[in-house]
Amino acid sequence: MAAVAGARWKRWLFLYLPLGAIIIITLFPFYYMAVTAARPDREMYIPWNRPNFAPFWTLRPTLEHFGLLFQETLFLRWLVNTFVIATLATAISLFCGLLAAYALTRLRFPLGGPLGTGIFVTYLVPQTLLFIPLGEVIRSFLLSDSLWALILTYPTFLIPFCTWLMMGYFRTIPGSLEECAQIDGASRLQAMVRIVFPVAMPGILSAGIFAFTLSWNEFLYALVFLSSATNKTIPVGVVSELVRGDTFFWGPLMAGALLGSVPVAFVYSFFVEHYVSAMTGAVKG
Amino acid sequence: MASSRERREWLLAFWLLFPALFMLGLFVAYPFGRGIWLSLLNSVVGREGDFIGIQNYIKLWHDSIFQRTTLNTFIYTGAATILKLAIGMAVALMMDRLIKFKRILRASMLLPWIVPTVLSTLAWKWMFDPTFSIVNWIFYHLGLIQFRVDWLGGPVAAMCSVILVNVWRGMPFFAITLLAGLQTINPAVMEAATIDGANAWQRFWFVTWPLLLPITMVVFLFSVIMTFADFQLVYILTGGGPANSTHLFATYAYQVGIATGKIGEGAAVSLAMFPFLFWVVLLQLWYIRRGQGGKGGA
Repeated sequence: MAAVAGARWKRWLFLYLPLGAIIIITLFPFYYMAVTAARPDREMYIPWNRPNFAPFWTLRPTLEHFGLLFQETLFLRWLVNTFVIATLATAISLFCGLLAAYALTRLRFPLGGPLGTGIFVTYLVPQTLLFIPLGEVIRSFLLSDSLWALILTYPTFLIPFCTWLMMGYFRTIPGSLEECAQIDGASRLQAMVRIVFPVAMPGILSAGIFAFTLSWNEFLYALVFLSSATNKTIPVGVVSELVRGDTFFWGPLMAGALLGSVPVAFVYSFFVEHYVSAMTGAVKG
Repeated sequence: MASSRERREWLLAFWLLFPALFMLGLFVAYPFGRGIWLSLLNSVVGREGDFIGIQNYIKLWHDSIFQRTTLNTFIYTGAATILKLAIGMAVALMMDRLIKFKRILRASMLLPWIVPTVLSTLAWKWMFDPTFSIVNWIFYHLGLIQFRVDWLGGPVAAMCSVILVNVWRGMPFFAITLLAGLQTINPAVMEAATIDGANAWQRFWFVTWPLLLPITMVVFLFSVIMTFADFQLVYILTGGGPANSTHLFATYAYQVGIATGKIGEGAAVSLAMFPFLFWVVLLQLWYIRRGQGGKGGA
């Protein structure tokens, strides 16, 4: 009995308490974001050392900041832009990635190894290394300040990721599956599209969801390549239109941050398992 | 001589790889070459610029802000990745022992990683606000501070705050991938160690750590690359300030190349990241190859 009680006490001290603290720290900024978004302005700007500073809740929640966000800024437009860009960039990347991954895992051809390595290396190239010359390239293709600038450049970090992930997935699918189809008279291409891709659907879904959130969250390219207010994505729009010099409009900023986070969090909540498998798959190879 | 069947296969491989290689060639390889060329010009926005050799690099070498930036980037990368590894490993080990709530905990723990970094960083910026800081309020009421702390106001405080937010954002990536690695360890190995009389620390150090090392290294190096090349966190929290004391390569490149418009010099700042990244990527390739070789042999 005593041993069990001791074990329970230990479990609390070394497991539940530290994990509880970690999860509170992890989630607190999001909670604070929500509280700030709903807090009326006259309550917001009370210095922290005043006795009436009540940081954790508000007794007079308001929607005025959300109203301001929709009336005074082009938030809805940014939402549509972000969605269109993320969807198209994901579609392009899945298409390119799937085909490339199939070739690299299933076909024998000269230079297959080095090409696979090359694609993996581009996966490790951070956006910040190339954003200035890439901006010049975008300009010489006359794509500056157009959504296409992002739809075509996001695949640079999404294709390597999709390829890498799908290569790992294809390796788990036995080759005999296609051989059977080919014996039955299907061409290689037909076997790929009709047999292998359907079986690989969970992997495709994982890669797609991960790619979608990556494009939704991208900031630097969107900041540098787009300039007019109507073309912005949510992260850039919120930062550039609701911060004027040193003045931060915290209410609408937090409302925008909350609404910009909800769609990805929503998509993510339905596909947590896929997302986690994409993330761990991306590092396992 | 290749048979016609082989050649058909080569042709198919070419067409399947073409879209990916075309996109990557056009928007990665070509800009890379163009970036190197650009860094040798004295271009500013709207003017092509003349060839000036390595003048931009020489100028940066003597630029005190660039020197500070280099130091900052290594401090930021070193401190943040080691903290993320240590905390992430601890969290993974704890979560591995959980019986209930494991899935919900894993799902919510990843939230900082999936939410747009800029947006969550804005929340942190508000939490660090010099006048309305809730962090001050909490620390004061916990008895940890006596006076107001200006979290982003001084060079050292600002650097620590930026590192803290990076750890907050990146730790879940370590925790969840390491947890996935832990779950592949055969429980029988652990039981054998326990029967042999190993205590918790010995079990970790002599069993878990070596078995987990390959995946740990891959995650760690991946995080080193991303942290080293980080932009958003610093851009939002401090903008490189106060007085250019928290710039990283990426934010300084943005300031020089985009905000000030000296494109050639900005390209040179970005490319200054290349030598270090090159070695980390090589190391990463080596680890991944080794991991796959091990898998194939097993």
